[in-house]
Amino acid sequence: MTLLTPEPPLLRIGAVTKTFGGFTALDNISVEVRKGERFGLIGPNGSGKTTLINCISGALIPQNGKVVFCGEDITELPPHMRARRGIARSFQIPRPFRSMTVVENLMVALDFTVARDVAGSALPERDAAMSILTRMGLASKADAPTETLSQVELRKMELARAMAARPKLLISDEAMAGLSSSEVDEVLDLLISLGEEDVTIIMIEHIMQAVMRFSERVMCLDAGKIIAIGAPEEVMANQRVQEAYLGV
Amino acid sequence: MTTRRDSMVFWLGVIVFLAAVAAMTQIVRNEYPFFAGYVILQFIALAVAWSILGGYAGYVNFGTNAFFGVGVYTAVALFKAFGAPLAVQIAAAAVVGMLLGLALGLLTLRMRGIFFSIATIALAIIIETSVMNWRFVGGAAGIQLQRPAVMPPFDSYVKMLCFVQALLVVIAVGTARYIQNSRIGRGLQALRDDELAAECTGVPTLRLKLLACVISGALISAAGAPAAMYLQYADPSSAFNLNYSVSVLAMSLIGGTAHWIGPVLGAIVLGVTQQLLAVTISSEVNVLVLGIMLVLFVVGAPKGIIGLLLPRYRLRAGGKP
Repeated sequence: MTLLTPEPPLLRIGAVTKTFGGFTALDNISVEVRKGERFGLIGPNGSGKTTLINCISGALIPQNGKVVFCGEDITELPPHMRARRGIARSFQIPRPFRSMTVVENLMVALDFTVARDVAGSALPERDAAMSILTRMGLASKADAPTETLSQVELRKMELARAMAARPKLLISDEAMAGLSSSEVDEVLDLLISLGEEDVTIIMIEHIMQAVMRFSERVMCLDAGKIIAIGAPEEVMANQRVQEAYLGV
Repeated sequence: MTTRRDSMVFWLGVIVFLAAVAAMTQIVRNEYPFFAGYVILQFIALAVAWSILGGYAGYVNFGTNAFFGVGVYTAVALFKAFGAPLAVQIAAAAVVGMLLGLALGLLTLRMRGIFFSIATIALAIIIETSVMNWRFVGGAAGIQLQRPAVMPPFDSYVKMLCFVQALLVVIAVGTARYIQNSRIGRGLQALRDDELAAECTGVPTLRLKLLACVISGALISAAGAPAAMYLQYADPSSAFNLNYSVSVLAMSLIGGTAHWIGPVLGAIVLGVTQQLLAVTISSEVNVLVLGIMLVLFVVGAPKGIIGLLLPRYRLRAGGKP
């Protein structure tokens, strides 16, 4: 593959290995994600998808290998330092700050990644949070406690909170699991529109139509190894992917 | 959200409070109100200080007595060695409490929930045992202290101590209020709800927890320091009494921990009740009443007094509304 401008990758995973006791969750994974790319990550349950994004976001530190973000080695950095460098994520099972309202959830991200001003800046900060909520279609829920949100609203709130940190890289971990098909389309449209404004997105998903529609490139993991990577149609056509994942 | 008007009202309230205490020390002759008032003020300062870590961050510190006793014995040691004045005793106690908070935090804040609480109990036992074997400050038998001459404009040492404790209350409340309204408070609230989500949202959780532990520890030790001069006596089993931990915990929970006013109200309600009971029935009934009130509040008002009074803080107090 030749690119017109040899731009360095936004994210480079270099020979990452992560084991839990005797179990190898990630086995020597190397992959690069370009700036602005919409990257799909698939694989059967237990294949290491979430472990991989935990290594990227900092929840886990790999035993071997490197994670390089924007040319900087971030393998050993704690998650909050990565968040400040522009890596944001949503969680497979939503993890809202339950004692806060929706808009306050976003303000945590604004407080700790973007805004440095301590006092007196509450209003512009709220405006910034509101404009993100409006984009996500959650403005009417801004002052609602997170507990009153429906599943799809929780998913959107997690994406909104991630976006409030002004990420360069957004990792969406099964943001569509458990949603109805119209809700899947809603969240997918949101992700695609985010991808159009210079945010690189890694999406983990089981819903195949969503992956096919969303991704420019797809990587399939199985038992901690990359079994296929490339254009969505190519990967889907790959025989090993079909065996491992689609169970054909 | 804090506005300029809120701040003005707050600081005006502080000035009125201090002026009232100061005026009373000049007008009221009887020493008893100050003797009782000191204890209530002490518990307000302790409960507010405790809730910075226990309430905002949700790390339940059972070692209030460790910090309190360290405050007392810092004062005792400095007084015995150098005849240090009260202000120096309190400042030194704050520094020692800060260092203890830092040490405790570094050792234990990676633990979650009940494990952290157990570690804080262990800390109290370790320090109490060490002090028991420290001859210079009297060991297990305790030590008598002779109060120095009182400073004008006060005419009795207890009145002066009561005013000093009022100042410590103001420092504790001012600190708690600042934290609550700053992004530190929001970060602590976030990590109390979900530590991993907070980290991934950019909150430096370990650093904030350490900060809360250090500040809370310094304020508890500072509030404990004047107790040496108040009682004119110190011994390990009363300075490190587990009752301090239990009372402070109960006061904070009864008042509610989502807003600094919660522990203040809780300490006033419980403190006044205890003082009244100590006079009318016996001081042993205190513990019983404390237990009953705690049960009543846990069942009837799980978000504490502020949960009843200020519905918008019901959410902030965590858990289900």
